[in-house]
Amino acid sequence: MSHEHEHHHHHHDDDDVQEHRAHDAPLTDVELRVRALESLLVDKGLVDPKALDALIDTYETKVGPRNGARVVAHAWVDPDYKRRLLEDGTAAVAEFGFVGRQSEKLVVVENTPAVHNVVVCTLCSCYPWAVLGLPPVWYKSAPYRARAVIDPRGVLQELGVEVPQTAEVRVWDSTAEIRYMVLPERPPGTEKLGEEELAALVTRDAMIGVATVAAPAGGTRR
Amino acid sequence: MRAPDLDALPAIPRDPGGPVFRAPWEAQAFAMAVMLHERGHFTWKEWAGRLAEEIAAARARGERDDGRRYYHYWLAALEKLVADKRIVLADELRERRDAWDAAARATPHGQPIVLGGHERAP
Repeated sequence: MSHEHEHHHHHHDDDDVQEHRAHDAPLTDVELRVRALESLLVDKGLVDPKALDALIDTYETKVGPRNGARVVAHAWVDPDYKRRLLEDGTAAVAEFGFVGRQSEKLVVVENTPAVHNVVVCTLCSCYPWAVLGLPPVWYKSAPYRARAVIDPRGVLQELGVEVPQTAEVRVWDSTAEIRYMVLPERPPGTEKLGEEELAALVTRDAMIGVATVAAPAGGTRR
Repeated sequence: MRAPDLDALPAIPRDPGGPVFRAPWEAQAFAMAVMLHERGHFTWKEWAGRLAEEIAAARARGERDDGRRYYHYWLAALEKLVADKRIVLADELRERRDAWDAAARATPHGQPIVLGGHERAP
């Protein structure tokens, strides 16, 4: 039996109640207990792991404050903030009240017509769920990770993202120290939208680079 | 999959679209209870009752009830319920928890934590 899961090196929960985690332990007590229960239920055939993952994925946007979308929208409307965000993602995101206790650095990479960024990993704590929400289920799969590195263009195409041949594809793999988030391109036809409306357009998948941000349906193009 | 009846549960953290979670493990714990219920291992009413008991016990211990520990109670109630139903015993849970802990500590950052087979040399 084998299980793949992201592991937490740092405490992502801003819960100030006791978490019973030893300083050198990668996972908190509750995380370990959840894993224990889940793996036993799967071993006993009582729960189908695929169905469980599918159910959890329906709560994609319901985990964590998901500050990422607000950060992206703000960067779109405020060039000065965008500059700060690209220079020091950790500090710029913290302006939105996301103050992770983790010591890893958050690096924000910008998608442009010339460069398309994709973030892989993230088996581990590197996935900044407090910024992005829940990671997609398939994201953790070994085939995706392997293929995203070897053939990112092909993977993106399968996910419905056509990157022009003239554009460069950059793949970012998190390390123990650095986590990544993509600043997607602002879609055309959104010039009149306010920050909140813009934030509503930004999906998790766009912030990991496996989707582009679509203009709102019926939106007027200039 | 039909939506679980959240109204039947004691004050679950939620927004108009459904339950909200403070961390991924909370969503996992939530989903496990929903699936075990759907597989007929317990009724939703039974589950709501066990969760309410767990929360009441915490209150009796003097724990502050501001919703932050909701899924701690949820997980504790679920562990007890599966043990009472002899679906997963408390000993099994403890043993498996420790195995995950050992595996997680022995796994270099960025590698999947794998259980079974297993304990790689530190």
